[in-house]
Amino acid sequence: MSGDLNRRGFLTRGLAVASATLLGGCDDLSSQPWVRRILASAETLTRVTQRALLSPKALAREYSEADLSKDFKANGSINPPDPDYRALAANDFADWKLEVAGLVGEPLSLSLADLRAMPSRTQITRHDCVEGWSCIGKWKGVPLSALLERAKMQADARYIVFYCADTLGRSTGEKYYESIGLADAFHPQTILAYEMNDQVLPVPHGAPLRLRVERQLGYKMAKYIMRIEAVGGLEDIRGGQGGYWEDRGYAWYAGI
Amino acid sequence: MDKREVIYRHARAVRLTHWINALVLLVLLMSGLQIFNAHSALYLGSKSVFDDPVMSMDAVRSPGGPKGVTTLFGYSFDTTGVFGLGGNAETGYQQRGFPWSVTLPGYRSLAMGRLWHFFFAWLFLINGLIYLIWSFSSGHIRRDLLPTGKELGHIGGSIAEHARFRFPKGEEAKRYNVLQKLSYLIVALILLPLMLLTGLAMSPGMDAAFPVLLDIFGGRQSARTIHFISASLIVIFVAVHIFMVLVSGVWNNLRSMITGRYVIDEAEEKS
Repeated sequence: MSGDLNRRGFLTRGLAVASATLLGGCDDLSSQPWVRRILASAETLTRVTQRALLSPKALAREYSEADLSKDFKANGSINPPDPDYRALAANDFADWKLEVAGLVGEPLSLSLADLRAMPSRTQITRHDCVEGWSCIGKWKGVPLSALLERAKMQADARYIVFYCADTLGRSTGEKYYESIGLADAFHPQTILAYEMNDQVLPVPHGAPLRLRVERQLGYKMAKYIMRIEAVGGLEDIRGGQGGYWEDRGYAWYAGI
Repeated sequence: MDKREVIYRHARAVRLTHWINALVLLVLLMSGLQIFNAHSALYLGSKSVFDDPVMSMDAVRSPGGPKGVTTLFGYSFDTTGVFGLGGNAETGYQQRGFPWSVTLPGYRSLAMGRLWHFFFAWLFLINGLIYLIWSFSSGHIRRDLLPTGKELGHIGGSIAEHARFRFPKGEEAKRYNVLQKLSYLIVALILLPLMLLTGLAMSPGMDAAFPVLLDIFGGRQSARTIHFISASLIVIFVAVHIFMVLVSGVWNNLRSMITGRYVIDEAEEKS
């Protein structure tokens, strides 16, 4: 009987030790590069699966005027302190030019008036933040595909990179950047928005120009865009992961 | 001497998927709380109306110092130190939903929480599919889990027996009782699949591929709220499940879920 009790005591203590190790160990595990790599393999699986399920033209849901958020949250940079940006903003972005460069036949330099003269798309869509909240806004802008066609994007381009005016990492002094693949770049709802809710795009939401990629999370939708580059790979750009938050551990494919 | 009979209670597929699921759900719960802490409020509908959450955990200033406040359908509760506000005067206060002691990782890292959550979500899906395919094709669901009309008719008696911690013996102990059958069915066929579907309904990519996900749950924010409620119900189930395992013969139960062998005790109750 006492042998039985001892065995039980041993098992109970064993279970307690095992669970403490498991729970405490997960924090240690989280800092191990090989653990990160294994966990991140699921991101590839998610991207490939969603790509297979998503037809290139499948649209994100579009909502009605009645659904618009009255309290659309501005996240990340909401008023960039960068002097170059402040100078542009002081002048209502009259001196702002969007550069389109990289693997293109005809590099472009376009003013807001040039962009407004191009064909536009208006959409009321839901903005899903990686933090968990959603807001609904109305966006008007130039389809990215129209811009890439105008710049004669070359056949060897694989990604479109967006360089922004805002320094988000105060400690690193790093400006925001993002990138998307061609499937999203040429999606009909992927636009460079210069209007929000029938008004000129406000500074907290990325004036004068922000990206909308409606089938992914908010951090993909770069604000304060200055320059767009078509590239063959992302490895040699900044941290090599394809974006500001991606370089800090977030998934490049943000469809989930 | 007790009359003892050893039966083979749990098939290998059930035992294997049970323990994998236990580990996977623990990781999903803890990493899920990490993700929840990135925005510790829940809403109904498509969008977040920030002034009108159905539930929120916030840190607020008060004359007596910072407080943690949890609101539920407009009612506020002081939950300082538990929900809404963590830390202390020395180390500094911090707004957060759930304590970091129950999240994965155990410090604020939404990126890492998402890595854990989605990796284990795939394991959950694969393990769940193996269980469901095996359970339906082998007859496990029909034979072991579907209650008979007669059992359903005596559900009141079964509840009364459970409330007195009297559990079936002998021939009756060879089958799940009606309360077990119903709760396992609800968890395996409703709550766990609901976790997957509401999880997918939060994905902007899946919403574009299958817009019906939004219609089923009444919008992305409703799906997020249902995800939270369903997870809470599973936590309650697991708590009751573990309690029942403890009070109805813990070693016999554990052995049967590890080796499959379960001892039927036909002895009269000692008084």
